[in-house]
This record gives sequence, C-alpha cells and structure tokens, in this order.
Amino acid sequence: MNGGDEVVTAPAGPPQPLDWKFSQVFGERTAGEEVQEVDIISAIEFDKTGDHLATGDRGGRVVLFERTDTKDHDALRRDLERTDHPINRHPEFRYKTEFQSHEPEFDYLKSLEIEEKINKIRWCQTANRALFLLSTNDKTIKFWKVQEKKVKKISEMNLDPPKAVGNGCVASSSNSNSPTLCLANGGSSGNDFSFPPGGLPSLRLPVVTSQETNLVARCRRVYAHAHDYHINSISNNSDGETFISADDLRINLWNLEISNQSFNIVDVKPANMEDLTEVITSAEFHPTHCYMLAYSSSKGSIRLIDLRQSALCDSHAKLFEEPEAPGSRSFFTEIIASISDIKFAKDGRYMLSRDYMTLKLWDINMDSGPVSTFQVHEYLRPKLCDLYENDSIFDKFECCLSGDGLRVATGSYSNLFRIFGCAPGSTEATTLEASKNPMRRQVQTPSRPSRSLSSITRVVRRGAETSGVDANGNSFDFTTKLLHLAWHPTENSIACAAANSLYMYYA
Amino acid sequence: MAMIDEPLYPIAVLIDELKNEDIQLRLNSIRRLSTIARALGEERTRKELIPFLSENNDDDDEVLLAMAEELGVFIPYVGGVQYANVLLPPLETLCTVEETCVREKAVESLCRIGAQMMEQDLVESFIPLVKRLAAGEWFTARVSSCGLFHIAYPSAPEALKTELRAIYSQLCQDDMPMVRRSAATNLGNFAATVEAPHLKVDIMSMFDDLTQDDQDSVRLLAVEGCAALGKLLEPQDCAAHILPVIVNFSQDKSWRVRYMVANQLYELCEAVGPEPTRSDLVPAYVRLLRDNEAEVRIAAAGKVTKFCRILNPELAIQHILPCVKELSTDSSQHVRSALASVIMGMAPVLGKDATIEQLLPIFLSLLKDEFPDVRLNIISKLDQVNQVIGIDLLSQSLLPAIVELAEDRHWRVRLAIIEYIPLLASQLGVGFFDDKLGALCMQWLKDKVYSIRDAAANNVKRLAEEFGPDWAMQHIVPQVLDMINNPHYLHRMTILHSISLLAPVMGSDITCSKLLPVVINASKDRVPNIKFNVAKVLQSLIPIVDQSVVEKKIRPCLVELSEDPDVDVRFFASQALESSNQVMMS
Repeated sequence: MNGGDEVVTAPAGPPQPLDWKFSQVFGERTAGEEVQEVDIISAIEFDKTGDHLATGDRGGRVVLFERTDTKDHDALRRDLERTDHPINRHPEFRYKTEFQSHEPEFDYLKSLEIEEKINKIRWCQTANRALFLLSTNDKTIKFWKVQEKKVKKISEMNLDPPKAVGNGCVASSSNSNSPTLCLANGGSSGNDFSFPPGGLPSLRLPVVTSQETNLVARCRRVYAHAHDYHINSISNNSDGETFISADDLRINLWNLEISNQSFNIVDVKPANMEDLTEVITSAEFHPTHCYMLAYSSSKGSIRLIDLRQSALCDSHAKLFEEPEAPGSRSFFTEIIASISDIKFAKDGRYMLSRDYMTLKLWDINMDSGPVSTFQVHEYLRPKLCDLYENDSIFDKFECCLSGDGLRVATGSYSNLFRIFGCAPGSTEATTLEASKNPMRRQVQTPSRPSRSLSSITRVVRRGAETSGVDANGNSFDFTTKLLHLAWHPTENSIACAAANSLYMYYA
Repeated sequence: MAMIDEPLYPIAVLIDELKNEDIQLRLNSIRRLSTIARALGEERTRKELIPFLSENNDDDDEVLLAMAEELGVFIPYVGGVQYANVLLPPLETLCTVEETCVREKAVESLCRIGAQMMEQDLVESFIPLVKRLAAGEWFTARVSSCGLFHIAYPSAPEALKTELRAIYSQLCQDDMPMVRRSAATNLGNFAATVEAPHLKVDIMSMFDDLTQDDQDSVRLLAVEGCAALGKLLEPQDCAAHILPVIVNFSQDKSWRVRYMVANQLYELCEAVGPEPTRSDLVPAYVRLLRDNEAEVRIAAAGKVTKFCRILNPELAIQHILPCVKELSTDSSQHVRSALASVIMGMAPVLGKDATIEQLLPIFLSLLKDEFPDVRLNIISKLDQVNQVIGIDLLSQSLLPAIVELAEDRHWRVRLAIIEYIPLLASQLGVGFFDDKLGALCMQWLKDKVYSIRDAAANNVKRLAEEFGPDWAMQHIVPQVLDMINNPHYLHRMTILHSISLLAPVMGSDITCSKLLPVVINASKDRVPNIKFNVAKVLQSLIPIVDQSVVEKKIRPCLVELSEDPDVDVRFFASQALESSNQVMMS
C-alpha cells in the first residue's frame, strides 16, 4: 500500500507527459512480406527485474530477450558519475534464446484439436542464474528452466573410444545386455569384486575440458488435464510456491513443485449450462498479499477473493462493478462490457481493467466504481455494428501499468496503442503507432472528459481492404490490432506486439 | 590412451560412463560410485574423484539427486571419519541447486556426515559451510542452510554459537518466503540443540517473528513449530509463550492455518500439558469443530477421539459431545465421513451409559447417512462399540441398519459389509445369524457385480470355517449347490469357485459325496468357460480326495474334457491331467 499512497500524495502537480521514442524492433516485416500465422506474437511478459523479456507466439514458441545496457553497469556508472554526464540510458534488449514450448495436440477423448498457441507467459523466481518461467496454451501449463550449460568435451578416458569401438566392446557398453556390463549394472556382483587397498593406479577419471556454454531450455514440469475449458490466465503467488490457472469457468491453485494435483478454488459453472450468463476472462494474484486474487468476468465485473476465508472461494470478498448509466443500453452494451484483461499495480492498491472501449482504474478499497476511466478508441463507437459483424468486437486487448503506477497503456486497432497518465490531475493521453516512427500519429489530448478523438487528423492509410476512414477522417484497420503489450517494471519502456514484430519504445 | 587389463574392463567402463551422453548410464555410474571409489583407492578418491564430482555438478537433476544420496554414505571410501570433510564441497554445491529434492537430499547427506564428524572438523569446515550457505546470494543456498544448524550448533564454541543464533534469526526474516518457510520448518530441530536460557530468549523471538509472518504459508509451518518447541520448554514457559500463540492461531484469518492447528491439535495438547489443555484448548477445539470452513471441520472431526482421550469423560460429554452431534448432521459429507471414521473410538472413553444414551443415536444416524463413505466408516469400526455396549444392544439397534446396507445400491458398501459378516457372525452367534443374515449371504452369490460375488464366495468359506462343517452342511452347502442350475453362466461359475474354496474346509468325505458330483455334472455344461473352470476346480480337488476317487471319477472326466472342441478347455484339462499324474507318481 505504500506505493499507492505515493501516487496520491507525491506529485504536487501531475507529472509531465512523456516523450516517447522508438528503441528497437525484432522481427520487423519487410514491405509486402506475408505474415505467417505461426509467427504472430500472442504473449509478452517482462520478468520482475526487467532484465529479461519473453514473448510467446501462435506457433508454440517462446523467445527470450535479455537486457544489454546494464551488463557492465557498475564500471560504466562510475565513469558516468565522475564525468557528471546525465545518465541517458534506456533499456535495450537482445535476442537470447528460443524454444518450442508447446506442440499441437489432439485430444482423442473429446475429438478436439489443441492449438500450440501460447496464451500467457509468467516469470518465476530466478535461482542460480537459471531463468524459470511458466507458459500455457489452452490446456497445458509448462514450467521451463533456461540455463547455461557447459558443453562437455571429454578428452581423456580409460578406453580409447575409436579403438574400443573397433573391437566392438564399448559399442556394447551402452547396451545393458552386454556381459561386460554385468558388474556395472548388476547388483551385488560388483561388491564381491575385490580391489587392492591402494586402488588400481591404471584407472583414471575422465577429464572434461571445454568450458564453452550454451543455453538450454528444459521443461521441468507439465501441469496438465486440469482444465475443461480454455486457459486464459496464469499468475504466480507472492509466496513463491503456488500459482493459479484460470479457464472460462474455473480457477485452479497449483504448487509449482507438484504437477499431478491442483485445487479448484473458484467454480462458476452453473448446474445447468443453459443458466450460464458469465465467464471468467482473466485472473491475477495480488502482488504482495499471498491470499488475495482478482478475477474479471465477461459481464464487466471484477471479483476480489480472499483465499483465507474458505477453501472453495465461490463467494467473493469484494465485487467491483460500474453502475450502468441509465438510458445508455444498446445491443452491444453487454458485449463491450466484457473485461479482456486485469492487472494489479505494483503496489497492489490499484487494479487496471480493459474492456472493449475503455481502460478502468480501480482502487481495491473502493468498490463503488472505477477511480478513473480512459476512452481508448471512442471514435469506433459508431462502428460497433461493423466490428460485431467481423467479430472484432470479441478481440481481447491486454493492458499494463507502469512500474511507478503513474501511467497505464493498452492497444487498439491499426497497430496503435495508447498511454494515459493516471495520476490525479494528469491529462496525459498519447497515441503511438507500433512502427519505427511512433510519433507520426501521436496526438496529445486530454483523456477526461472523454470525447471522440476528432483531432486526429493525419491519416495514414495502410493497404488492407478492411481499413476504413470515418467521417472525422480517423482510419482504422481491423486486421492490424495491437493486443499484447507490457510495461518495463522499473523504467518507462514499453514492449508491444504488432503481428509478428516486437516493437520497443522508451521515454 | 591407456591400455586396460581385461579384469579392469568393467570398472573402466563404469568410470568412463560418469561422463557418458546417455543419462541412464551416468545415473548408473553414480549409483555405483562406491565401487569406483574402492577401485581408485581411498587416497585417489579424496584427491581425484571427489574434486571431479565437485566440478561436474551441472548435470541433470536425476544424476545430482543420486550423487547427493551416494555422498551421504561415502565416509568409509575416503578413508574414514578423519577425512569426512573432503565430502563437504560437492555437497555444498548440491545444496544450492534449484531442484528442491536434490537440495533436500544434499542437506540430509550433510547432516548424516556432520553427525559423524569430529568436533574440530565441524568447527573448521562444517560451520563455515553453514555460514557460507546462510549468506548465499541465491535463496536456494539459504533455504538449505536452515536444515544444517542443528548439526553445526552443538559443537560450536560460545562466540560462534551466538553468531549462529544471530544468523538463524536473520534467516527467519529473510526477504524470500521460501527461506522463511525453511527456517520455520527447521526451527524445532535447531531449538532442540539450543541451551535453555537462549531458547527462552532468542528462539522464542524468532518463533514470534514467524508466527506473525504475513505469508500464510510461513505461519502454517510455525504451527508445527509450536508442538516441537512446546516439548522443549518448561510447562510454565510453554503455557506462557506457546499457549497464547496456539489460541491465536486457532482464530487465524486463514483457514489453512486453522486447519493446521486442527490437524496438530493432539501434539499441541501434549506439548502444553493436561491442565492448559482443559482450560484453554478445549474452547479452541470447540471453535474449530464449529469452524465455518469445511476443511477445518474435517481435520478437527478426525481428531475428536484422540482429543477426548486426553480429557476426562465429563469434559468430553459436556463440551465435545454437543459438537459431535452437530457434526453428525454437517452439511459436508466429508466432515461426516471423517467423524464416522473415528467416532466409534469415543465409546470406550465415554463409558457405557453415555455411549448408549448419546453416542448410539449418532451412530445410527450416521449409519443411515446418504453418503456411502460415511456408512462404511461406521461399519468398519463396529467391533469397538461391541466391546462397550455389548452384543444385545448392538444387534437390536444396529442390525436393521446393517441389513439395509447389505442391500445398498453402492457395491463398495455391500463389499465392506460382506467383509464384516464373518466377524459379525462370530459376535452374534449361530442362532442370530441363521435368522437374519443367512439369506443375505446366498443373495450376494448372485450379485450383479463380480467383486461382490467373489467376496461372497470367500465369505461362504469363512463362515464354514467359523461354524464348522456340520453347520455348513445344513445351512450353506445345499443352498450353494442349488444354484449350480442358475441359467446365468457367470453365476454357475461363482458356484464352482465357491466349491473350490469350500472343499478344503469341508474335508474329503463331504467333498466326494456332495461337491464332486456337482462339479462332474457341470463338465457337461454347454458354455466352454464353465467347462475349463470345471477342469481347474477338479485340479484343485485332486489333493483333497482319495486316490481311488481321482482314478474313478476325476480322471475320466478330465480325459473327456481334454478332447473338447474348445482349445481352452483342452488346455486346462490337460494341465489338470498332468498334475494328477504327478500326484500319482509321488
């Protein structure tokens, strides 16, 4: 809660709007290049320190990036301090490694194909320089360990490998049927073997020489067969030993070290599926309170759960809902109310939720309504009918908060994303495009009171047929949507995914 | 490269495979590390093998786990206890790996080695190792260090002891919950080695920190510490320091903590002694029995008998029994089931009058519970009640319920009842059994479920053993044999099975006169499965009956079956013939 107070009290006036600059791009598309479906990024996540970034894609791969600008940080900083230059670094990343996390599968019992698409990635506690992360597709969660391993080269052995292979004996050493190995494999026969007291001088231990290393990703555990529906979220607990996984109707609690059992802690499945009115869309643990978690629903509500109250948490501790404005109801009201993502702020006092049209910031101590609401792309409101017809209205946009809790960000169509200042009094509202020139569409407009962003005048038409221009000259392109983005935990740096490309910006 | 003599070849392979690409071979070599060590001799084991193992520790977890285990018993191979310290470095690195089970094994091995080490070696190498781990950069090392203090502490000089206590106190406040959990888990062990004055001050303040931790998972483990610490403290200190903590924990916000209290309550009571148990823990326990979380009630209900045993009957009747009554109608079937599994044990504690007056109605209501596990749990403990209230009352009040359960629609319930029938029969006596239960036993032989028919056949045999062949001839055998004409071949098969079980109990005469003709008759059955089962039964009858009977009746029948069109029938018939030949020859 300490950090939360900061947000409220610290700034005398709202912080200055940030000046965003392009930093890096990975997997940039060349003109006219066709995007392969499997390459489309489906998850982005910074680790707790911000030194690593992971992306997952529809092809089931996880790609890791590591920060490069802090590597020889100590020596550099001393120089910088001496020369009294302003430290003008911003996070820079480089490709570290990648691995195939999930493969397409087929569930024979239910005759269902299980896509390999990575739905979520979550980093776990680092230990001994090895990185740990959880990745999940629709059904199966996997625990990965990525570690540098020495490449072993054995230079000295008792048996000369080529010679031994020549006489056919060592070849059989890997064959357990071999009679020579009876001693090696057999139980008691070896103990009967008597050795001279001083040992046998002619035996030697293998000598391992090469100290070269390479990165190896190993799947340490597979948490499977616990979800009947598609997993939409995974989230680690602050206790370092448990995590949750949520699907449409249930939330399960796991111990990281135990993959064959989990506990169902939330079950919203009605006895009769025809009575189903609401599904779970996202769930996250509180960053510091090990007993608290929040989940959002397709009806636009967020429920806060206290794991201490009961083993089965079907009754929530707190319910956050925005009262419906009278007279505003339309056919789309319920659809666009559905929350696609929730995130806790680092201090744990605030929660951010994204529904189709807005970002909402909630104070967990105030369940009467959101603290603030930010309109993401109000100019689409007249277009809801089209968006419904081409199913875009069901797109699930993610949202994120800056490490200091002063700003929030989320994506939109035409590869745009928006950043809002959420400190009291801030009117910061920035629109950026995921491209090398993010500012070409940037317009500063006050986010509150909400109104349509008619002041966006510069129109950059992209090739796709589905793009259109509304009466105010706003362009939108349903096919290029920026769903996934993440804010660096300690610095003003954002990573976002436009199709198969990962763009990074700093301020 | 070295030339290896022929007899050394296997051991050379074993050594080379320490670095094989194939994990199975590496694992195999590590498991035979002692053989390798003996082949190298003690000195080279110390100077080459152990350093080699220390350097090559980025192997797969399975290999590391095996290594950690092997090193724990390696003292003889390095030249005895005076060289034990050479084993510490490889285990120290294993204490820092990420995989919990490897670390735990390494700690276990270190403890095992440390327990044998000489005091000076402990001070010079073991204690510095503990300190290094406790100051480790990664939480893995610090987690491991917590499990080593109880070995290091006793032999440390005074100044070092103070330092070790301070380090442990730091670990109890570590940033990482994993480390605090490990510190909480090991606090009891460590406390057992700490001198009484420090126990009261230093250890208790660490304990206080842990009991107020904001992570539920740490507080849970602190509950376990209560019992361990309580046993170390003087009773009055225990009442002063531990008791309030337990009472607090029993009202913790987190149901998991309360669950742990409920689970540990008996140990906690032992720790604080009988007087505080009565005055403070009874109310706490009653609260747990009425907890609003079913999991807590389950844990508490499961301890009800154990808890009552340390109380006097009046207290139990006054405070616990009302809760038990409530629990017997609890909304959670698991609570009722937990209660049912222990409630019988309360009978001896409460005595006959209270049992009849208070417990019996509860038994009866649980016996009629809609959830089969509840009923099963009651039935499986019936003998305990019998001892207290006597057979008359038992048969009057419980038998109708049992008869009802014997026809339960859940076959597992029926199975459980069948298994108790011989016991019941022996307690109820022949007369009662004939009246009420005899018919049921026959009915089970025709059950829809195989397991029940199988158990029923066994039951028939056990009854015959219990009441003797004469009784069986009157009450069992005729009814059983009647059923051989059942139109369903599976039921006929059950009868064949029963016959093979009954024959050894009934003896040669009855077998020849009554059972054998039925079996021979069945060999004319139209179902091949019956026929080859006849062959099997006949084979089992050969050792029981006279040689002449084998010759005259069994063999002709088998010969006939051995020419059956069905291949399985021929197979089992010829097998039976063969065994009859062997009997004849011997």
